[in-house]
Amino acid sequence: MTSLKRATLLFTVLFLITGFVYPMIVTLAAGFLFPNQAHGSLIVDNENRIIGSTLIGQNFTAPQYFQSRPSASGYNATSSGGSNLGPTNPVLLELVDNRKNALQKAGVTDPIPSDLVMASASGLDPHISLESSLIQVPAVAKARNLPEEKLKALVLAESVNSPFSGAYVNVLSLNKALDEMDQ
Amino acid sequence: MLILFLVIVTGAALPFSSFFIRVFTGDMSRGIPGHIEKTIYRFTETDPDHEDGWKGYARDLLAFNGIGFVILFILLLLQGFLPFNPENFGAFNLFTAINTATSFVTNTNWQVYSGETTASYLTQMAGFTVQNFLSSATGICIAIAVMRGITRQSTDRIGNFWVDITRCTLYILLPIAFIFALILASQGVIQNLDPYAQAIGYVPTGQQTIAMGPVASQEAIKELGTNGGGFFNANAAHPYENPTSLTNLIEVFLILLIPVTLPLVFGRMTGKMWQGWMIYTVMLVLFLGSFCTLYAAELTGNPLVKELGVSGISMEGKEVRLGLFGSSLFATSTTATSCGAVNSMHDSLTPLGGLVTLFMMLLGEVAFGGVGSGFYTMIGFVVLSVFIAGLMIGRTPEYLGKKIEVLEMRAAVIAVLVPGVLVLLLSGIALVLPNVEELMKNPGPHGLSELIYAFASMSQNNGSAFAGFDASKPFYTLIGSLAMVIGRFVPAVSMLALAGSLAQKKKVPPSSGTLPTASVTFSVWMILVILIIGALTFFPLFAMGPIAEHLTMIGGI
Repeated sequence: MTSLKRATLLFTVLFLITGFVYPMIVTLAAGFLFPNQAHGSLIVDNENRIIGSTLIGQNFTAPQYFQSRPSASGYNATSSGGSNLGPTNPVLLELVDNRKNALQKAGVTDPIPSDLVMASASGLDPHISLESSLIQVPAVAKARNLPEEKLKALVLAESVNSPFSGAYVNVLSLNKALDEMDQ
Repeated sequence: MLILFLVIVTGAALPFSSFFIRVFTGDMSRGIPGHIEKTIYRFTETDPDHEDGWKGYARDLLAFNGIGFVILFILLLLQGFLPFNPENFGAFNLFTAINTATSFVTNTNWQVYSGETTASYLTQMAGFTVQNFLSSATGICIAIAVMRGITRQSTDRIGNFWVDITRCTLYILLPIAFIFALILASQGVIQNLDPYAQAIGYVPTGQQTIAMGPVASQEAIKELGTNGGGFFNANAAHPYENPTSLTNLIEVFLILLIPVTLPLVFGRMTGKMWQGWMIYTVMLVLFLGSFCTLYAAELTGNPLVKELGVSGISMEGKEVRLGLFGSSLFATSTTATSCGAVNSMHDSLTPLGGLVTLFMMLLGEVAFGGVGSGFYTMIGFVVLSVFIAGLMIGRTPEYLGKKIEVLEMRAAVIAVLVPGVLVLLLSGIALVLPNVEELMKNPGPHGLSELIYAFASMSQNNGSAFAGFDASKPFYTLIGSLAMVIGRFVPAVSMLALAGSLAQKKKVPPSSGTLPTASVTFSVWMILVILIIGALTFFPLFAMGPIAEHLTMIGGI
């Protein structure tokens, strides 16, 4: 048998095993063992409509909500990616400056944590740092006419601590909790 | 934290390395998997006891990868007519298809397409996942063949490629990928064949279409095989590929596992564990050095942004949940191996942080190196170091009792230098072409870094990018493909030739004239040789790109 013919035969076998058998078994097993995670950790409302995913960020800009990070893709979950702007690029510095001014206009004070004015890698980052949510408390409290202490307590309750990245907050679940509290 | 992590990786690599030996000696070929293995041999009429010389081994390896290329290429062009395509994606454009098929077969996984808008689930599974397994298995086979060449004597046989690749896929890659795919899925990495989810969005945010797919099965092997091609455009920064800081650590663990194991396999095979630990130590030192530099550079942050009244490290192109440690560890590991998956956008790293990723690739990806390719390139460096040391102190160059002669030197020099020469040549050509600046997203020295990074990534089969650089023009897809093929197969075949030549030689018992290669002195010497070759070859590029940008940033120029 020639080398090419044997290569074709062996490739066919391994192609079927690694390209079909393996991913299909993983799909079945993951769907059975972890159905929620395997299908995207989706959040569904009472009428069975998909609200979004706990893992995928959404673009909150209204003043009565905590804001998400800037996104190079506008939180388009079919077009992930970062800005790829280099550290000395004037375009980046101008963007950061504009975002900072907008936040200041909304009542957020200096110094602003960088995750709130710099775009994420995926464009879908669901989190902001604890610091970034705390500095938004006065602005959101004012927009909703709620006491700041109550909001601060809510933020702290929602924050997750990680030894690798410091404390952070899921913006979607924070804002949901905020709406529930404010009803 | 880093030390603890590396201890865990090494702790796993130790028993794993004896498992490797058992797999490749056929000791594992029992039970049901053994039955499957035997059925495969019957079907392909392979005699598992027959072994080949280096030429036969190389011929089979090239034929197998050639078939792989053809099948993937056809799949990319026909995907519009095939099933598992809920979003009805059409065919890849011809140049993208050539570039992508080359990229996945050569273990590069350079991506000029964006996964979630271009590739069907069938393409992801039967196209990319298959090559993630088989291209990494190919690399491991070459490494094992090289080890056999060094340890055997008076034979011209270095193994049977069909047997090696079957065993490697069945016993090593598949079970580990399966277990870790499920672990990742439990943490939130998706695994389904659903159409993209249509979310109405939380009240004020508007509708959102969310891309889906069989991600976990691909994620596990993409890291384990140091392939690195993302299911999504954002690669391992995407929350569905890498949802938590725990999955991040698991993924880095997978990236490093086989590269850390291979030198220990070598130690066991030669019966001299210290020889394996020596290579491990050299890799470790280079890895630690680059991690610390990158971490420090990112921790210092970007003074230009701080001047604007912004606090903390530069979060542009980073994810909050992965943090500084997780991002730095991933960036170092992915360029220290030939992985190329990213969890932060390297284009937006600080100049010195970006320099580290570029530097690690240009060293030849040897610390800890791509799956298989890192190890055999490292053997190239060992041969080189032994030879240069031998010349300097006037001893006959030999390694583990084998005399290093003209053929070995030629093979080692080719393996070590070809990718580097490609980078310099292609960067040079690209720079004199008109309108090259239009392809760069960032102005000034950073644009040059983007271009060098692109050619370094392709020639060294890494696949990560300073993604601002637009490499999708037909000309770049074609010379890129050429770079990937040469950068992959020329070193591979020359190292097989080296293995074949060493296998024929008789072992000379060590004498007082033998240079001890399992010593601290030799390790330091080897690190110097690697650094001198890497740093001197590319220093002008580093100076004009990242270093110039760093000086601009801190206000030095």
